[in-house]
Amino acid sequence: MSTYYAGLLADVGILVLGGLSVYIILATGQLSLGNAGFMGIGAYVTSYLTVKLGLPVTPAIVSAAIVCGLIGVVVGFPALRLKGIYLAMATLGFGEMVRSFFLNLNAMGGSSGFHGMQHVSVGYIWAWVIGVLLVVMLLEPSRAWLEMRAVHDDETAAGLVGLNTTAIKVGAFGAGAAVAAISGGLFAHHHVYIEPGNFGFERSIDFVLAIILGGSTVGPGALVGALLIVMLPEYLRFLADWRLAAFGALLIAVLLVRRQGILDRALFRRLSLRSAS
Amino acid sequence: MLLQQLVNGLTLGAVYTLIALSFSLVMGILGVLNLAIAELFMLGAYFGFAAILAQLPLPVALLGGMLGAALVAIVVQKIAYEPLRNAPVVTPMLSTLGFSIILQNVATNVWGSDPLQLPDEVLPGRFTLGPVSISAMQLTVIGATVVLVAILAFVVQKTPAGRALRAVAENRDVARLLGVSATRVTLLAFALSGVMAGAGGVLIGMHYAVITPYMGVDIGLKAIAVMVVGGTTRIWGALVAGPLIGVVEVMTVAYGGSQVRDFVVYGFMILILLLRPQGILGGSRADQGQRV
Repeated sequence: MSTYYAGLLADVGILVLGGLSVYIILATGQLSLGNAGFMGIGAYVTSYLTVKLGLPVTPAIVSAAIVCGLIGVVVGFPALRLKGIYLAMATLGFGEMVRSFFLNLNAMGGSSGFHGMQHVSVGYIWAWVIGVLLVVMLLEPSRAWLEMRAVHDDETAAGLVGLNTTAIKVGAFGAGAAVAAISGGLFAHHHVYIEPGNFGFERSIDFVLAIILGGSTVGPGALVGALLIVMLPEYLRFLADWRLAAFGALLIAVLLVRRQGILDRALFRRLSLRSAS
Repeated sequence: MLLQQLVNGLTLGAVYTLIALSFSLVMGILGVLNLAIAELFMLGAYFGFAAILAQLPLPVALLGGMLGAALVAIVVQKIAYEPLRNAPVVTPMLSTLGFSIILQNVATNVWGSDPLQLPDEVLPGRFTLGPVSISAMQLTVIGATVVLVAILAFVVQKTPAGRALRAVAENRDVARLLGVSATRVTLLAFALSGVMAGAGGVLIGMHYAVITPYMGVDIGLKAIAVMVVGGTTRIWGALVAGPLIGVVEVMTVAYGGSQVRDFVVYGFMILILLLRPQGILGGSRADQGQRV
């Protein structure tokens, strides 16, 4: 495998994790446009732990995920007050605040960025990706996930049948933030250089795009969406200067043709029926 | 010094007001975040530059930028919004994002990715009032904003089309039962929002005299913050919030360093969302229920 494809594959993996972080929060009906903020926190915490404290990569990523999960819970509480597009805008503000915070954090390089991390291989990244994706897919038939979907479908009704909607929504925020932190830690140790600009609005939007394009009701949707977002511009290289325009047009086309995303539950059901017969 | 910063802040705030009105026309009426507005603003700036470089007078450039952006806004509405009207809010938001990728790419290819600079000032001349020095261009930005907002206020409040607009914003289904064409109102909202974004683009382009194809995102996100602070259901909140955020931003840069300004602006927006989700000028809380 050439380094070129290895780099692309690593980007896909990091984006899959980012997409999953949005997916987990979206499963409770909350749209977060600020997950790049969690990713940034994860990237900076992991880099601090490995470079300044000399921790190995894996425990550093795990601790960053825990720290970020707690921050996610803290963010999740005020988020309870907001719904729909208002929550999206507040999380957008959160993401921009985190970016701005790291821009001013001179201890970690400020605007000139931070480096000194050890490079991790594509295989290591994908071990994490497959691990997290498997956990999410195994959790999907579980009671906890069904409760999340109940909150997504009708929060009032879910509350009336005795579900603790507060715990479910805040918990989803924490879990999503933790996954975003993992993707941030892997990003930092793959690119071995991070700057606050890596974790801006465009990154958050990429996460949301991955999950909406791939299918926001099934976990593997993030995989399909991430492949599309990273690979499509590469395959459109023959269009030279116009490839981003073509990418935008294809993006709109996919949304118009399959607004529920490329994968959805109905598709899975049809596939499993066919194989059964 | 303080007064001078106030004037600079008001100039920036005037542009924020225009773009925030642009966002809030679509958001308040349709409940959709049109992310292409950031690029409509950028396109407006390029249209204005093209007109000025062709030796056309400033008012023509302003008009050209407004009309050009409005036309693009209508295309966005036809392709990216109308077919997805019944989808969850995130879907039309992302399809307008698709447009913003396209528009940015087109601008880069047509005008190049390097910053474009005006050869000389469009309106030379400064006025000095005691300690404050204000350029003719700053005065034009503020003056044009006041006039445009007044025209928009007249259209929305006094004309039949504006009444239809407000009716659909209040309750789409009832408005349609009463014979208001929701499709036409949607088109009008997008076109007006394009006009406002285009005007903001021309004005800031002339004011800074330098534009790039990437200028839209930064100011567009700030304008979303302005819209939220002003209140998304009452479009007039932007009139207070625009100058407020503009002054706060300029003051933070002057006294706290340029790095912390985004932190302050977005922190302010989150505070408003949490403490007063209906915005500074928003009505009672019951107003915002239906859009959520």
